[in-house]
Amino acid sequence: MEKITTHTGIGVPLRQSNIDTDQIIPAVFLKRITRTGFEDALFSEWRKDPNFILNQEPFNAGSVLVAGPDFGTGSSREHAVWALKDYGFKAVLASRFADIFRGNSGKQGLVAAQVAQDDIELIWKVLENHPGTEVTVDLVERTVVCGSVTAPFQIDDYTRWRLLEGLDDIALTLTHEESITEYERSRPTFKPKTLPART
Amino acid sequence: MGNTLAEKVWDAHVVRKGEVQGAESQPDLLYIDLHLVHEVTSPQAFEGLRLAGRPLRRPDLTIATEDHNTPTWDIDKPIADLTSRTQIETLRANCKEFGVRLHSLGDAEQGIVHIIGPQLGLTQPGLTVVCGDSHTSTHGAFGALALGIGTSEVEHVMATQTLSLKPFKTMAITVEGTLKPGVTSKDIILAVIAKIGTGGGQGYVLEYRGSAIRALSMEARMTICNMSIEAGARAGMVAPDETTFEYLKDKPHAPQGEDWDAAVENWKTLVTDDDAVFDAEVFLDANDLEPFVTWGTNPGQGVSLSQAVPSPDDFADENDKAACERALEYMALDAGTPMKDIRVDTVFLGSCTNSRIEDLRIAADIIRGRAKDPDIRMMVVPGSARVRLEAEAEGLDQVFKDFGAEWRFAGCSMCLGMNPDQLAPGERCASTSNRNFEGRQGKGGRTHLVSPVVAAATAVRGTLSSPSDLDPLPPATTGQHDDVVVPSASNAA
Ligand code: SF4
Repeated sequence: MEKITTHTGIGVPLRQSNIDTDQIIPAVFLKRITRTGFEDALFSEWRKDPNFILNQEPFNAGSVLVAGPDFGTGSSREHAVWALKDYGFKAVLASRFADIFRGNSGKQGLVAAQVAQDDIELIWKVLENHPGTEVTVDLVERTVVCGSVTAPFQIDDYTRWRLLEGLDDIALTLTHEESITEYERSRPTFKPKTLPART
Repeated sequence: MGNTLAEKVWDAHVVRKGEVQGAESQPDLLYIDLHLVHEVTSPQAFEGLRLAGRPLRRPDLTIATEDHNTPTWDIDKPIADLTSRTQIETLRANCKEFGVRLHSLGDAEQGIVHIIGPQLGLTQPGLTVVCGDSHTSTHGAFGALALGIGTSEVEHVMATQTLSLKPFKTMAITVEGTLKPGVTSKDIILAVIAKIGTGGGQGYVLEYRGSAIRALSMEARMTICNMSIEAGARAGMVAPDETTFEYLKDKPHAPQGEDWDAAVENWKTLVTDDDAVFDAEVFLDANDLEPFVTWGTNPGQGVSLSQAVPSPDDFADENDKAACERALEYMALDAGTPMKDIRVDTVFLGSCTNSRIEDLRIAADIIRGRAKDPDIRMMVVPGSARVRLEAEAEGLDQVFKDFGAEWRFAGCSMCLGMNPDQLAPGERCASTSNRNFEGRQGKGGRTHLVSPVVAAATAVRGTLSSPSDLDPLPPATTGQHDDVVVPSASNAA
């Protein structure tokens, strides 16, 4: 996972609350066997509408999504985070996130920044009045800056630390690799091995 | 204070204790002894490794098989469904790339992932076993701590051979007494789930104990542990004993020579200490149990076969009432109908719950010399290619074929209908599998969960039945098997 300290990119105002994981990525895409290449699946139903914001310049090049409250509700599918990341989003700003979505984001390196709804409204206005305005998400200072608006955001300490260090679950565990190797040395010899095959 | 079996296995696998941060303790890092892999939940995990440039840490503790998507007819032809074929082909490529042992369709060891682990002797007491599949709990029958995990965790195990886990609570399920003839371990677990509910085990590892459990064969114990998940539990376990050692001895991957002695000595310590305390306890009397069947659309909606379909009014809780109403509508059943009057269209003998050699023997013993109800379709799907071969060597395939049943190749098959084996809308099935959810066996299909004993008797009569409902066989046609028409508790269980 890449380390993130601060990210700056075009903000995309998505004025809608309760964007659930079925909207983010419909179930039909779950049959895929890959972990990447979900950019076409992101909001696929909404993108059929030419007026949808991601079908418009310069928002189609956005990397900071600014959404309404209760983003990411519904199923636990990690695909929702994959799709956002594959499209190019590095951060989502909302005043409330579904717990599982927030957890999955932290694991996959997508910043889920919780910003007060009043501030979200201000940011929406800036982005709508001046399409293409960039939003800076500063993980060190825990602030977002968009035009003249500067607002604090919340993210839990542990997730912030992981994002700053670029540690996914596996990388975190591998920081204890020595303990794993040591444990392996003490495993009894009678424990089974799958190789070489005996049938 | 002593420890429970689950705690002992847990403690023996802690690589790193979770630190306590404030009031909250972080999860422990546990070592994983055996990782079972199949085509459905592994592709993204393999790809995750590839994207991060990480190796698979222990190919020698990993084994893969093809089961969920595989056809049970024409296994030598290309798989017709494209998604299914892609998943299988992806597994093959991944296993090759990462050096994982794979048992492919057509291989003598191919089969349902939870059947092949025990059959190869890889599932052993005291192990931590994981698989991206909820019915991994099956392996707990050996006194292993066996957990179903999600795809991210599959990748984590592949990369690190460990999992971060928070300790579970423990629940003792004590079953004392002797099962009546025709009553099996499937009936025990269905009765347990009806008693504690489909959420009753949430957060717990269940340990099945008591004289009735001790009397069960390994196959029968696996059936019980398999369905722990239907009670909401994280895992189910049975302490290893002579039955376990006997089953494992001489299995391909069982320890040999000195290792065997060391292993058995270790395994004998894997019992709950007398002074250990469980977080919860449940008791069941085996003497009272009868064949159990489900009437509804979750595994907790079951009754004894001699009872009738319940009415929503039988439930005090509003949610249960509503659930009953919905289930009766989906199942197209009227309250008050005797269970034994329910006619089924299909009998499915298979799945990781009941497709081992013993299950096939029990069913064959009941149908041998009898005629199938002409309107019933019966599918027999051995759990693994090895079970199929064994059954054929014993002539069981002929018994099924003579009876008019379909003798198929190994796989998950109609348990979940990812392959072509599916119920048609409205079709009613007596199934030895573990889930009777709406549409599980095919869109609109109706499932009654039953034991292999009830499945076989139902195929004869056409309505949900136990062997005691069957007419006695005329002496001339019974041949050498007239003494085993109704299995005794010990071999049926
Ligand atoms: S037989 Fe059914 S329950 Fe068992 S692993 Fe296959 S699909 Fe899952």
